[in-house]
Amino acid sequence: MSKITFDGVKVGDEIPALELPPISRTTLALFAGASGDHNPIHIDLDFARSAGMKDVFAQGMLSMAYLSRVLTQWAPQRQLLSYGVRFAAITQLGDRIRCSGKVVEKIDRAGQQCVRIEVTAVKAGGEVTLAGEALVALP
Amino acid sequence: MIDKKHIGYAAPTTVWEVEKGRIRFFAEVIGETNPIYLDEAAAKAAGYRNVVAPPTFIFGAESDSGVRMKLLNMLEIDLRKVLHGEQRFDYHTPVCAGDTLRFDTRIADIYDKKGGALEFVVNDTKVTNQLREHVADLHSVIVVRHV
Repeated sequence: MSKITFDGVKVGDEIPALELPPISRTTLALFAGASGDHNPIHIDLDFARSAGMKDVFAQGMLSMAYLSRVLTQWAPQRQLLSYGVRFAAITQLGDRIRCSGKVVEKIDRAGQQCVRIEVTAVKAGGEVTLAGEALVALP
Repeated sequence: MIDKKHIGYAAPTTVWEVEKGRIRFFAEVIGETNPIYLDEAAAKAAGYRNVVAPPTFIFGAESDSGVRMKLLNMLEIDLRKVLHGEQRFDYHTPVCAGDTLRFDTRIADIYDKKGGALEFVVNDTKVTNQLREHVADLHSVIVVRHV
């Protein structure tokens, strides 16, 4: 991981992507416990239906956590300066999500060399569920 | 409509202990395999105090403390209509197991679009640790759908 350097990357470079297993009810239940988000809309079918949804659906923060792995498997986490996303579409049960990132800018921020990474989570069908960016410091 | 008088409201501080087992549980659920998130010795070998909290882990603090739900109640928002719109983290120093963090959240803005069909609540949170270091800033937008 430590081999990534500022001089070694260029704008347009893709960072290694991550393919995730289909979203299951088990994962949603476990993530509710692990994340502390007990909103029943993600784990209780009856509640989800009462909210007009056909079924439970994934926590946005689950996808955000998956997408963060693309960043932390590329560069050590202590080099991650910021990470933000917009939740663009709901992730449903059974969806297969692919998380990816691309270098879009190399910048010098107050003497610190860093790169801006555009990150996206996309369903197998092509629909974008999360879109955002991260700032990563590179030696 | 959400009462805009709440803009500027400062929520009660959450004091949150970062637990090793909870980090490991979180890391396992999201499929993380890097040992710095799972194993204390590996994390220490990598220069951390203890196992490292993955980037979005700290979002759970105000769920655990109930502050997030209390804010929704205060704003009279129906949980059934809420979606997470945006989330951002700015990181200043790593979070490790054994840390005690303080979360101070302020409602930064409340606005609506589409003639009130969509309402937005913006929360900004400052996070500090037991060493009084500024750990992170969270910026969160929730969407309330009236459809």
